[in-house]
Amino acid sequence: MIPELGHFALILALMLAVLLAVVPMAGVVRRDLTLQHSAGALSAGLFVFLLLSYACLTQAFLQDDFSVAYVANNSNALLPWYYKVSAVWGAHEGSFLLWTLIMGGWTLAVALRSEALPTAMLARVLSVMGALTVGFILFLLMTSNPFERVLPVAAVEGADLNPQLQDFGLIVHPPMLYTGYVGFSVAFAFAIAALLSGRLDAAWARWSRPWTNLAWAFLSVGIALGSWWAYYELGWGGWWFWDAVENASFMPWLVGTALIHSLAVTEKRGVFKSWTVLLAIAAFSLSLLGAFIVRSGVLTSVHAFAVDPERGMFILVFLLLVVGSALALYALRAPVMRAEARYEGLSREVMLLANNIVLVVSTAAVLLGTLYPLVYESLTGGGKISVGPPYFNAVFVPLMVLLLLMMAPAPLARWKRTGAAQLMSSLSKVALASVALGLALPLVITGALELWPVLSVMLGTWITLALLVDALERVRNKQGLSAKLRGLKNLGAGYGGMVLAHLGVAVTALGIALTTTYSTERDVRLAPGESVTLGPRTYLFEGVAPLEGPNYVADQGTVRVFQNGQPIAVLHPEKRRYLARQMVMTEADIDPGFFRDLYVALGEPLGEGAWALRVHDKPFVRWVWFGGVLMMFGGLMAAFDRRYRRLKLRDQAALAGALAS
Amino acid sequence: MKRVILRALLGAVLLALSTASFAAIDTYAFETAAEEARYKALIDELRCPKCLNTNLSGSDSPISADLRRTVATMVQAGKGDEEIREYLLARYGDFILYRPRVMPATYVLWFGPALLFLLALAFMARLVLRQRRAEAPAPLSPEEQAALARLSQAVGENSKA
Amino acid sequence: MSRTSLFLPLGLFLLMAFMLWRGFALNDPHELPSALLNQPLPDFQKTRLADGAPVARQDLLGTPFLLNVWATWCPTCKAEHAELNRIAARYAVPLVGVNYKDDGPAARAWLARYGDPYRLSVVDEDGSLGIELGVYGAPETFIVDGDGIIRYKRVGAVDRRVWEEEIRPVLQNLGLPLEEPPA
Repeated sequence: MIPELGHFALILALMLAVLLAVVPMAGVVRRDLTLQHSAGALSAGLFVFLLLSYACLTQAFLQDDFSVAYVANNSNALLPWYYKVSAVWGAHEGSFLLWTLIMGGWTLAVALRSEALPTAMLARVLSVMGALTVGFILFLLMTSNPFERVLPVAAVEGADLNPQLQDFGLIVHPPMLYTGYVGFSVAFAFAIAALLSGRLDAAWARWSRPWTNLAWAFLSVGIALGSWWAYYELGWGGWWFWDAVENASFMPWLVGTALIHSLAVTEKRGVFKSWTVLLAIAAFSLSLLGAFIVRSGVLTSVHAFAVDPERGMFILVFLLLVVGSALALYALRAPVMRAEARYEGLSREVMLLANNIVLVVSTAAVLLGTLYPLVYESLTGGGKISVGPPYFNAVFVPLMVLLLLMMAPAPLARWKRTGAAQLMSSLSKVALASVALGLALPLVITGALELWPVLSVMLGTWITLALLVDALERVRNKQGLSAKLRGLKNLGAGYGGMVLAHLGVAVTALGIALTTTYSTERDVRLAPGESVTLGPRTYLFEGVAPLEGPNYVADQGTVRVFQNGQPIAVLHPEKRRYLARQMVMTEADIDPGFFRDLYVALGEPLGEGAWALRVHDKPFVRWVWFGGVLMMFGGLMAAFDRRYRRLKLRDQAALAGALAS
Repeated sequence: MKRVILRALLGAVLLALSTASFAAIDTYAFETAAEEARYKALIDELRCPKCLNTNLSGSDSPISADLRRTVATMVQAGKGDEEIREYLLARYGDFILYRPRVMPATYVLWFGPALLFLLALAFMARLVLRQRRAEAPAPLSPEEQAALARLSQAVGENSKA
Repeated sequence: MSRTSLFLPLGLFLLMAFMLWRGFALNDPHELPSALLNQPLPDFQKTRLADGAPVARQDLLGTPFLLNVWATWCPTCKAEHAELNRIAARYAVPLVGVNYKDDGPAARAWLARYGDPYRLSVVDEDGSLGIELGVYGAPETFIVDGDGIIRYKRVGAVDRRVWEEEIRPVLQNLGLPLEEPPA
């Protein structure tokens, strides 16, 4: 009964989505305010029915309703309840229902929080989002229905959630990631609405910014969570592999970052309008491309959902329709006239343009590398090639170094024109300090100078100190500490968000460089009582004991870690066998630390109680994800800057009056 | 004998679960740290022919174990990195290299991004230079100036940024 | 910025979409084309499964033959085995097996139970011959011509369709008379 209810709710949601796509837009064309206003109610209705549908699927999982095929394939009676709830998004159909629900959520959010928008504009934006939702729901109903029943004989027991997914990571990573992915649809809808209305101005940029910042924040943390999860789950200590699915999430992030910066320029100075619109279209297009890559099977990935060419074809057609028409609209309607505002060679406009260039070229490189196996196969009539981390690192890292380098002068640069001498004087001391620290810190701490640590400490210091110098200069005229602090607060959440996010980038870059250079590992054969030394620590293997979990049996090892003769940690790596699927999984154990991770994994038993063990020492690896969390907070903070809050009514009236005259 | 059966069984289990990709831990001994580093770098750069996008170091499939053993043996025998790559290339094709070879069919891949970057730089330079040479915009008419004054006043009361 | 240049993104997108569409038509990303096509069969010194007698590459030369990589732990090999038996019985093409990473007695028992279509099976217990051949799983089947040059490789089971549409034409091109023995 409940699955049918869920199915029916989805159909109702489709109908509402169709209405949302058509009615408000018709209202704009016919200048009918009532029809335009219907967008709000339609958005609410759409969300309610999507939520209902999703709730029904969740209930089916919680009730162990194995007559539903999706539940039977992804759950099990022995599964703990919190994994049953997350198993809803553990495979293709359910995760796409979550994606669609999140789309409904963003649509409702835009409907609720857009009082400052002219009605016609809001109507257009919501109609576009409704049209996208129509596509998503059609995809679900036609090719990926999560409510299909296995009748007449229901499964007695479920096939269990893939053991690799039975983890906290599953609970947090997909929802955050999807919220980010789908959130770029708002910027996309604003861009389309602007092209349709012919109103492409600074106001449009102002409306788009908070939504874009929010989506970017979620995508940042979603990617960081995914990387962290892979790190502790997969057992080989890696946290990024440039896999097609990882790239699928990274590309919208790169373009989204470019978009955030481009929107700033368009809002402040009214320039780069066409380019910003193009970026907004590109960001969401890359989200859709990401969905295609993950769910079509055209590219190989450990991470891809069940492969089905029929679904892949649907998404490709959808992609063609949405992105093709968006780009066609862009080509036909984007303003060709150059904006009047001018700027010099050394100005914030140009620095942000450079930022965009680096980010877009990076995206193009990642896209090229990801799709190249297909290109190669077509070019050579069947040849297979692999494009992996060596390629991506080779092209991406130099571009990122360039970007990091520019991140110090850019916030200091003024709009329109910056005096070179003034910029130099602000930054010369910062440059000196960065070079000095970059050389000194690695030398003092490790006794040696290696390229990437030196470079990353230099760049990290360069960015951080420049931010400090900039903040100090902005409150230069205030007297006294409390006045200065108040002055900083008055700079606004937008500024604070920028600082946080940039710091986050510096932290992540540092983490990546340091952990890549300084990580060490050993693979050893140890009998109980034997130990191995790695760096300043000794790892004592005490043997393995059997263990029973809720839905698995395991061999649990005990490893004691000593430093300077003192015990500092006890680790319990496991080798688990999950009963339902008879899958064997390695569960590494980690002693996490802000400055280093200690990581131990069990290999195979080698006879006579001895086991193969892998021990990793990974300095600064947490910084990689901590930076991502900082970026998230930065994005959230910037989105809630008070200038985006609704204009008070009297100001609205005054503005409207001034504009009308 | 028992070892073979054990390996065969393990192989069967592992064959069945080709989606699982978790670290395989071998214990090869190398004469020098440099050799070990070379081995680690090689197995990171070589692809498991059977898995869904994993390198030899991260894969637990039997073929990866065999290939790792082959690489280890060759490193211990003093063979160079390029020689080892070519050996595997001759048998498994370009698929097994995660660093694609630079050949006519991959020129676009390797040189495309740099080319794009240079083009974009040139475009930006042209944009900035063209600004310098452009004329100033025409002055506003009195009506336009009055409208501008009204608007500036209204907007000035609202905006903070 | 002219109007025409604004069509560039659309053009690039359509190109990319075309590539993706082509992706569906292309082969399974797991079917690696053989790097050994038109290369000689690698030399080896192994033993025969049946009696442990030594066997090397030159023992196999002379006429075109099918080289089939199989193992007892491979379920797909069992599925294709009926077809191999049929081919061996009906056509005048020799089959040579490579018993890949397997256990001798178990393999002999397996052949006794399911039929032995092979002139002989080469024992490759450690998989080293497999690596020489670029094998990464079982079953895989090669066509080797009379001079010992590899002419074709199939990853995965050989069924009737594969035999009729892919293997048989290659064998016939190599001049192997595939008469069907009298009924």
